[in-house]
Amino acid sequence: MKSAFWKRWGLLLILVTLFPLTIVLPQSGVINPYINLVLKYVGINIILTISLNLVNGYMGEFSVGHAGFMAIGAYAASILTVWVFPREAGAFFFPLALIAGGVAAGIAGLGIAVPAFRTRGDYLAIVTLAFNMIIKSVLENMEVIGGPRGFMGMEKLTSLAWVYVCVIVTLFLARNYVFSNFGRGVLSLREDEIASGLVSVNTRQVKVLTFVFSAFLAGIAGGLFAHELQFINPRSFTILKSTDMLVMVYLGGIGSLGGSVLGATVYTLVLEGLRTVLQQFGISQEWRLVVAPLMLILLMIFRPRGIMGLREFRFLTPRDDQPEMLAEQRKRIKAASRIDEVSP
Amino acid sequence: MEFYVQQILNALQVGSVYALIALGYTMVYGILTMINFAHGDIFMVSTYLAFFTSTLILGLASGLNPIVVFIATLLTAMFGTALLAVVIERLAYKPLRTAPRISAVITALGVGLFLENFMVAFKPVGPAPRFLPHLIPAVNFNIGGVTVSTIQIVIIVVSALVMLLLDTIVRRTMVGTAMRAISWDKFTAPLMGVPVDRVISMTFALGASIAAVGGTLYGMAYTIDPYMGIRIGWWAFISAVVGGIGNIRGAMIGGFILGFVEIFTPVFLPSTYRDFVAFSLLLVLLIFRPTGILGRPMVQKV
Amino acid sequence: MTMLHTKHLTHWFGGLRAVHDFNLDLQPGELVAIIGPNGAGKTTVFNLITGVYRPTEGQIVFQGQNLVGLPTHRIIVGGVARTFQNVRLFKELTVLDNVRIAHYARAGYLAWEAMLYLPRFTRQEAQIRQDTLELLDIFDLADLAETVSRNLPYGQQRRLEIARALATRPTLLLLDEPAAGMNPAEVEQLMETILWIRRQFNLTILLIEHQMRVVMGIAERIKVLDFGQTIADGTPAEIQNHPRVIEAYLGVEAV
Repeated sequence: MKSAFWKRWGLLLILVTLFPLTIVLPQSGVINPYINLVLKYVGINIILTISLNLVNGYMGEFSVGHAGFMAIGAYAASILTVWVFPREAGAFFFPLALIAGGVAAGIAGLGIAVPAFRTRGDYLAIVTLAFNMIIKSVLENMEVIGGPRGFMGMEKLTSLAWVYVCVIVTLFLARNYVFSNFGRGVLSLREDEIASGLVSVNTRQVKVLTFVFSAFLAGIAGGLFAHELQFINPRSFTILKSTDMLVMVYLGGIGSLGGSVLGATVYTLVLEGLRTVLQQFGISQEWRLVVAPLMLILLMIFRPRGIMGLREFRFLTPRDDQPEMLAEQRKRIKAASRIDEVSP
Repeated sequence: MEFYVQQILNALQVGSVYALIALGYTMVYGILTMINFAHGDIFMVSTYLAFFTSTLILGLASGLNPIVVFIATLLTAMFGTALLAVVIERLAYKPLRTAPRISAVITALGVGLFLENFMVAFKPVGPAPRFLPHLIPAVNFNIGGVTVSTIQIVIIVVSALVMLLLDTIVRRTMVGTAMRAISWDKFTAPLMGVPVDRVISMTFALGASIAAVGGTLYGMAYTIDPYMGIRIGWWAFISAVVGGIGNIRGAMIGGFILGFVEIFTPVFLPSTYRDFVAFSLLLVLLIFRPTGILGRPMVQKV
Repeated sequence: MTMLHTKHLTHWFGGLRAVHDFNLDLQPGELVAIIGPNGAGKTTVFNLITGVYRPTEGQIVFQGQNLVGLPTHRIIVGGVARTFQNVRLFKELTVLDNVRIAHYARAGYLAWEAMLYLPRFTRQEAQIRQDTLELLDIFDLADLAETVSRNLPYGQQRRLEIARALATRPTLLLLDEPAAGMNPAEVEQLMETILWIRRQFNLTILLIEHQMRVVMGIAERIKVLDFGQTIADGTPAEIQNHPRVIEAYLGVEAV
């Protein structure tokens, strides 16, 4: 019965064991600061990719403005840790600041979603684009928080351990959401909105909920990002940032959490690798920025669903939805229905 | 009073450029219901084409009649930009014509950013702002306290002519009829003998060459840099949406509205609020009139 | 009480009157068919009842409740379900998920309960899974639960669509040309299925169909539409000999 135990608790055990490592490894110097930084970026990008995947992948709508939600999360969390929470206990209040950033972004998402989902099509793309621009413009015009020069003074609170926890929690929440009525509703919208209304899905509710959840996650990622860089300015959150997210979503795979993890990891590592390669050959680093859009174009043409499109890793599927469990349940039902055999 | 007349003139100048670019957005949307997010950057490339052509011509033969130089530059930029747009359409958009609609839109966004970042990284262009050589002698006239420059006159007059020409093409020629047929029903049009591929390519070419007119005119009046595709392009895009995307006359009206927003915002607010005002206008309009000023409501197919 | 009642139901598409003064009284347990040539407005009637379109004029009352102006999902929750002329499954989703989606309104858990994996969520999800598999078993689809529905053969897609419609627990089922594209043997089986689910699930059924064999075989009452107008209404026997029906179907010369 060892295997049954492992099937049920194995994943949790691995995750718990990994946690102390995320504290010990960077502090003991086993992984150097550069690798530590790259790992943190991988984590932040995983959260961002899941966030955008909910809207672009699962729902099949098109948001161009997720960098705007990230900005709101980043600014809100930073303002809290710098101005409101006591500095001595910064690390203690950090999760609170992150959540507040996520909530602020979620509220903004609600404000956008309600008018934006009145019709389908390119409407959301335009509205989110406008939203991103407005956020950037507002931040640039608010002198209190630094205006165009940006906001600083944050402590480096984003540790690998925090990123790890946030990624795991995000995956947990998102997996449960995706494998619920809401997640299935969103997937059905993507294919046939009329039909999903006709099988009782409250399409408007599902869209708004998903969008708010997505914005919340982008806000959390923004908070982590701000406390890693310790400096943010409105230009960090332009359409270019949104494009990065798009590439990660379409690289890893639409409608897949596993794909999001994969896409974010591969993309972050490729871009970092490219940095070294370009340096080696003495080519200007500006060429790195050409890679992301080029990848996006090639992906859309040759593999529009990404590596894992609409499929899921086994460890991200709820146990009862895994093939063996379903097969067992089917067998039980069949056995029961033999008794009153009347089917058409 | 003079102040306002002056500002209105300036608004017409800027608005003309926006309108010219907006036409490209709106034509492609009208025919393919696709937002060609790369169009602003195609406009940007056109200004560089104008820059290199005019520099080359003036470097080879400095004594030429300015009118000849201007027209040669304009035509080269138009032709080169049209070619670029058609190549992009064939390579990047055409394979996606049967894919979900957002695929093409995302690709367009990618193409736009590619063009922009490529121009920044590409040494002969680079990120630094540049000036076009003087194509037309800049002379200022003072009429009752209002300053009018030759460049301003050229911009407004040439834009007006181009818009008039386009309106005629779309309404009176076979090509225009074919365009309208495709925009009406993409699937039936080929059955009626409309060469869909060719007409779509022509739409892209036409939109791009009009943007190149805008690009050349813009370059005569302002500095150019690889990021202008975003700044000017987004504004032109708002123009198209405000006017009613898919509607050619709407794009013209939208362009002038945005020209007025750009010029008159600094009269009332700090000039850094321009983007805020423009995009808020867009948002408010979308909430209350999703189809824009002249757009027709989309019929939902079940 | 009347199951479904429509009065003066009229719908215009721009300048085209798709449905004109459509009146219907459907009693509980009845099986009524709507027939008529292509473009007669039959599917539009279904779209009006299910709230996909809002009628230009007229009333729709379902079990005493007015349906005009209600959003589609509310109408479905109220007890109406339908299938489509050309099967409209969620093609990229599995058979299991296609039917599970139709349980959307029946589970009461909230989004945050789902995200936090709280007991109410897991309990209701388990129930949904159980009900879905049972329903699939009835339609002989349980073994295909994990198949992506796009990959099913046509006949099974049709059956899955009916199963999905039943998952919303309707009292009124609208079937839009269920026999389209079926061979005679399949049609025979379909007729049995329709009668069987009516009994088993206590349904009232409104049926659009072109195949006269189906209509004459199972419908208790038939309404004939032409150009949006009701031209005849009666039992199968009456309809077969109705002069205006023959005219509409065979052309004026036949009369």
